[in-house]
Amino acid sequence: MDSLVKKICAGDVRLASRLIRDIEDKLPEAKAKIKKLYAYTGKSFIIGITGAPGAGKSTLTDALIAALRKKNKTVGVLAVDPTSPFTGGAILGDRIRMQRHAEDAGVFVRSLATRGALGGLSHAAGDAIHVMEAMGKDIIIVETVGIGQQEIDIINHAHSVVVVLVPGMGDEIQTMKAGLMEIADVFVVNKANRPGTNQLQTELASMLNLASKNGKGWQPPIVMVGDAFEPGAFAEKIAELERKIEEHHKYLIESGKLTERMHRKAMTEINDALSACLLEPVMLELASTGELDSFAEKIKSRKADPYTVAEEIAKNYFIRQDKK
Amino acid sequence: MPERKIRVMVAKPGLDGHDRGARVLARCFRDAGFEVVYTGCHQTPEQIASAAIQEDVDLVGLSCLSGAHRALFPKVVQLLREKGASDITVIGGGIIPEQDFPMLYEAGIKAIFTPGASLDSIVEWIKTNIKPH
Repeated sequence: MDSLVKKICAGDVRLASRLIRDIEDKLPEAKAKIKKLYAYTGKSFIIGITGAPGAGKSTLTDALIAALRKKNKTVGVLAVDPTSPFTGGAILGDRIRMQRHAEDAGVFVRSLATRGALGGLSHAAGDAIHVMEAMGKDIIIVETVGIGQQEIDIINHAHSVVVVLVPGMGDEIQTMKAGLMEIADVFVVNKANRPGTNQLQTELASMLNLASKNGKGWQPPIVMVGDAFEPGAFAEKIAELERKIEEHHKYLIESGKLTERMHRKAMTEINDALSACLLEPVMLELASTGELDSFAEKIKSRKADPYTVAEEIAKNYFIRQDKK
Repeated sequence: MPERKIRVMVAKPGLDGHDRGARVLARCFRDAGFEVVYTGCHQTPEQIASAAIQEDVDLVGLSCLSGAHRALFPKVVQLLREKGASDITVIGGGIIPEQDFPMLYEAGIKAIFTPGASLDSIVEWIKTNIKPH
């Protein structure tokens, strides 16, 4: 076994975090490292936590970590926060809620910035999950950036998706909309001590009731989580949430849906890898030779159209590859 | 070409809830194009060192206004060394009397910024002195 692979599989946090960084920074050697690591991935159970900014994703993640650690499960967490479109900088603040686990060797929390990705994750998320899988984490929690209605890349990476809602975000039409409301395996109504809670619960229940008549199978449960500052009641609700996630995991296995989801995940991985292996190097080369600018000039002055340009670029690329 | 992004951590060790300065700095680092992990207040040196390694940061900026910097700052440096992460630079700031500077430098703190230091000067120091891992 390669020494890097050996160390990461043995749980080396420094090397793992550095590799995740190499992936984020798109260093060419990162791909080679993931190739070697890949055979040791795919054994963890992956939970996605998603919802609006400030809905309580990090706090729920922290509480889930605590619950899972009580059962001696090792946990990896990927927490995504937004990158500035203007400066490229980011505040990665999800960790604040999880710092009580910082010294626990069974917990590895790594923050990721979106770096321009629009689906609620980072382009590095898929491979960062692979790194944590190779480390042997039993459970990996992926906390998305705060999202709206449509940033649902998480479904291509997680086995079970928890959608966190809070009361007071609109009328019942919101629960009818496509996108976010369709992807939940488990709903959490968080801050369920606030006004509007009953209305949200009713609307969700009736939305789910309608959906369940269309098909059989998993009926997403709704977990009502109240005030995080009432430790006893809060812990009970977190235990319920953890139970529901576990039930969903069992359902996936028993119904054969797990294979379906794994297939979807593999398709996403092919798509991402194609883009990393073909599109990115081509763009880099075109930029470094100045061809990109001259193509842009041609398109600007209507001497060429983008499709013809793309075909020409692709043809030249494959001719060069053939010669190699 | 692929380019390393500077990752920094802003942390407040010890029993000190005065985090306005730390937050202003975190925001200013964000605007300088860094990725900034903020851990919040009341952190033990152990939590800070461990988080810095998990996050693979290039730099840890410690803020302390309680007077406990003589004990807490060197401890963070020491823990990073013990964990094989001596390449993570540690700088400090806050209410720090000048007579404490020598012992902090001696302990491995690479720079100290006190009230009056401009945000630009801190960002400039980082850009000059930190080469991303």
